[in-house]
Order: sequence, then structure tokens, then C-alpha cells
Amino acid sequence: MARLALRFTALAYLAALLALPVGFVFYRAFEHGIGTAWESLTTPEAQHAFWLTCLMVAIAVPLNTVFGVLCGLVLVRQRFRGKALLSAAVDLPFAVSPVVIGLALILIYGRNGWFGGWLADHGIQIIFSLPGMALATIFVSLPFVVREVAPLLREIGTEQEQAAATLGASPLQTFFRVTLPAIRWGVAYGVVLTTARALGEFGAVSIVSGKLAGQTETLTLHVEDRFQAFDLTGAYAAAVVLALMAIATLLAMNLFKPKAETS
Amino acid sequence: MVLVYLSVIALIPLAAVVSRSADAGLGGFWDAVSTPQAVAALRLTVVASFVVVAINAVAGTLIAWVLVRDEFPGKGIVNSLIDLPFALPTIVAGLTLLALYGPKGPVGVNLAFTRASVGLALLFVTLPFVVRAVQPVLLELDRDMEEAAESLGARRRTVFRRIILPSLTPAILAGSALGFARAVGEFGSLVLLTGNIPFKTQAASVFIFSQVESDDVTGAAAVSVVLLAISLLVLLAMGWLSRRAVRNGG
Repeated sequence: MARLALRFTALAYLAALLALPVGFVFYRAFEHGIGTAWESLTTPEAQHAFWLTCLMVAIAVPLNTVFGVLCGLVLVRQRFRGKALLSAAVDLPFAVSPVVIGLALILIYGRNGWFGGWLADHGIQIIFSLPGMALATIFVSLPFVVREVAPLLREIGTEQEQAAATLGASPLQTFFRVTLPAIRWGVAYGVVLTTARALGEFGAVSIVSGKLAGQTETLTLHVEDRFQAFDLTGAYAAAVVLALMAIATLLAMNLFKPKAETS
Repeated sequence: MVLVYLSVIALIPLAAVVSRSADAGLGGFWDAVSTPQAVAALRLTVVASFVVVAINAVAGTLIAWVLVRDEFPGKGIVNSLIDLPFALPTIVAGLTLLALYGPKGPVGVNLAFTRASVGLALLFVTLPFVVRAVQPVLLELDRDMEEAAESLGARRRTVFRRIILPSLTPAILAGSALGFARAVGEFGSLVLLTGNIPFKTQAASVFIFSQVESDDVTGAAAVSVVLLAISLLVLLAMGWLSRRAVRNGG
């Protein structure tokens, strides 16, 4: 009996907090028919927002993947003073509010920021345009690949790499033929997490974008914009697109996670 | 190279926040963070985060327990559902909660624009932390001790309190620390749901946002620094507590 009660409590909590709200948004998006929802997704603004979100992901994910693998190697394979500090610094984006991240970028690249004057003189605009949004997205999704790759690197050790080196492989060959294949599932898992974070970023991008519909509006900003304009169907439809992306991410996570943990 | 990238992307901008907050001197910093509205926002954020983290420490442990020790059809689906708050964009999280628990919601409770809505949003986004921290520990846990205790006549409640809970405490604390840091900085899920009424439902992150919008960047930086300090402090404290629990329990 106690077992059933526990199971029921846990499932009821999850249903009330997760399953029902998310399921209900799907209902709300399609309650006026699929046609209406589709129309609100094919407006120029919505289309632009969708592609802009994809662009942000396409910029942030590759950069943070390369950084993540390199940083993982540095953290695990090298010994130097201040290593603990570097490790803590990598985790900073987890501890910092997205709003603070947006503010930080404004203080650097904004009109009165540290580099603001120089940038203005050279006609480069970062804040309220795409480069600023890309920087914000990179910042928030920075730690994921490192955090997946570092424990794997520690686990596989250096024996195989040393063997490859004694057999005459160059460091690059060793990396691509020995190290990378050994950590590939960890990298894949990290990439999925990075993608999810980049797709969903709202706070930091909201501050640095200026929110110009059809220009600097990502899909998450579009959801807010539609909601504030009382276009609920538009807001729910865009939210459903994002939720579907999130569910796809979950499926990918389940695909990679067991492999990342056992490889 | 790693260091350069990290500095350009993260460290230099954060240094700019700290330096900007000190622009008006210590007095100016204090003035900015001690305005009634800033104090109310910071207090709401800290209190709500503590309450939410406490609730999810219990609920998260319970869910992890059910997922590890219980068998029922659909367990795999429930297990992957736990990560949904990590994958779902926060603005969508806010919108979904608003659709169900807001005005014109089908359940007939309207939490929108109340203090409870702040808690609701934070409960949603911090749910996975404790579950995901406790689950692996529970899986690894040796059942022998429990069985020994039971054969010696200990009641289930006693077994849980004296044998299982001490081994889980470090994981619960670690998960709670991450959840707390997340709750303190949360923004996206609050924007639509809470209405951001000053002195009532305006959390610190939303307060910072409104200050940036009204061009009070120095004030925003000062409150940001306080927020940063709070989440770093809690992360450190929980790390210390969980190390102590490992020593005492192990």
C-alpha cells in the first residue's frame, strides 16, 4: 500500500507540474484548428524568428563544441596552477542569471560600454543586433560539452594515447584516431544539451536584442511578443514548435545518455 | 587559447558588471541595492528559492525513489519526462503554467500575478536537479544493509531515516545547491506568469531587467552583483555541507 501511495504521489506531482501544463499548451495551440495555428506560424515574423533561432544554434553549438573538447583536454590532461579556478570559471554560466549575462554584454559592447566607443567609431554594432545575440547564446550554453567530456577523458586515461604515440602517431593523429572516438558519445550528449540551451535562451537575448520583430527576434522572443500583443494562438503555436524541439532533444538525450555513461 | 575564449565570452563581461557596480563608490552601491524595491525583489527571490528548493528536495527524493525502487508500466517515459524542464525553453514553461493555472484555465485556480506563481515557475524549472542527483546514488546503494536492519527488526521508517537517508544526503544537498543557483537567477518563466508587480511578485532578475530597460545600468549592475554573490555563496555552502555529510555518513 505504501508503495502505491508513494508512486501515486510522485506521479501526481509530475502530472500537475509537467505533463498537464505542457499537454494543455498543445490543446490550446490547436483549439481553433490546425489551419489557424499553421497560419500564425507562417507569418514573415514567425518564419524569420524560427530561422534566426536556428542561426543562433548554428553559431553557438560548433564553437562551444570545439571549445568544450579543448577545455576538457586542458582540464584533465594538463597540470598547471589555477586549474581549480579555470574549472570553476567554466561553470559560471550555470550560476549567473541570464539577465545578468545580457547586462554584462551591454556593459562591454553597448553605447557606453568598455569597447562601445571604439566599435561605434568603426561602425560596428553588436548590441541590438545579431552579433550580440550570438555572444549571449554562446555564453549561456558554454559549459555543457566541457562538463560531459571532462569526466569521460578522466575515465579513459592516457594508456591508449601513449601507445599510439610510441607507435609513431602525431599528436593530431592520436587525437582524431584514439581520443575523439573514445569520447564521441559524451561529445554528442554535450552537443544535445548545448543545442537545447541555445534554442531556449530568452533572458540574455531579450536584453541584447532590442526585440525588433522580423529582425532581431528569436522564436522565444516571438512567443513573448505574440503574447503581449494578445495573439494567443500565435504565442501558443510558436510555443508548441519550441516544445516539439525540446521533446526531440529529450529523445536525443535518451539515445546518447546510456552510451555516454558506459562508453 | 581556451583561456582567451573563456575570457572574451564570459570573464571580461562579468568583470564589467562588477566594475560598473562599483562606479558610484561603496555608498552608491549601497544606495542602489537598498532601495525598497530592490530589497523587496531580492527578498522575494531568496525566500521563494529556499521554499522551492526545500519542496523539490522532498519531492525530488520521492520521485527518484519511485523511479529506482518501483516498477510500473510507462516508467521509461516518466523517467525521460523528468528532463523536460531542462529542455523546454523557460518562456514556454511560463506560458504552459499560465495556460493551465492562469485566468481562464480549465482547473479553475488562477495563480497568475500572485506570489504563488513565482513559486510555481521556480518549482517547474528546478524539478530535475534533485531527482537527477539522487537517482544514481540510489541505484548504487547496497541493499544488504537495509535487509540486515530489517531482519534485526527495524521498521521501514527507521531503515529509511537511519540507513538510506544518510547516504542520500550529499546528493540531495548537491542537487539542491544547483537548483537554488538556478532559481535565484531564473527569468524567462517568470516574465509572463507573475506579472512582475513591484513589491509583490517582482523577482530580482526581473527587477534587474526593468532597470536595464529604464537605463539605470549602474543600479542594475549593483543588484546583479548581490545576486551573483548569493548564488556563489549558496553553491559554496552546500558543497561544504555535502562534504561534511560524506565525512559523517561514510
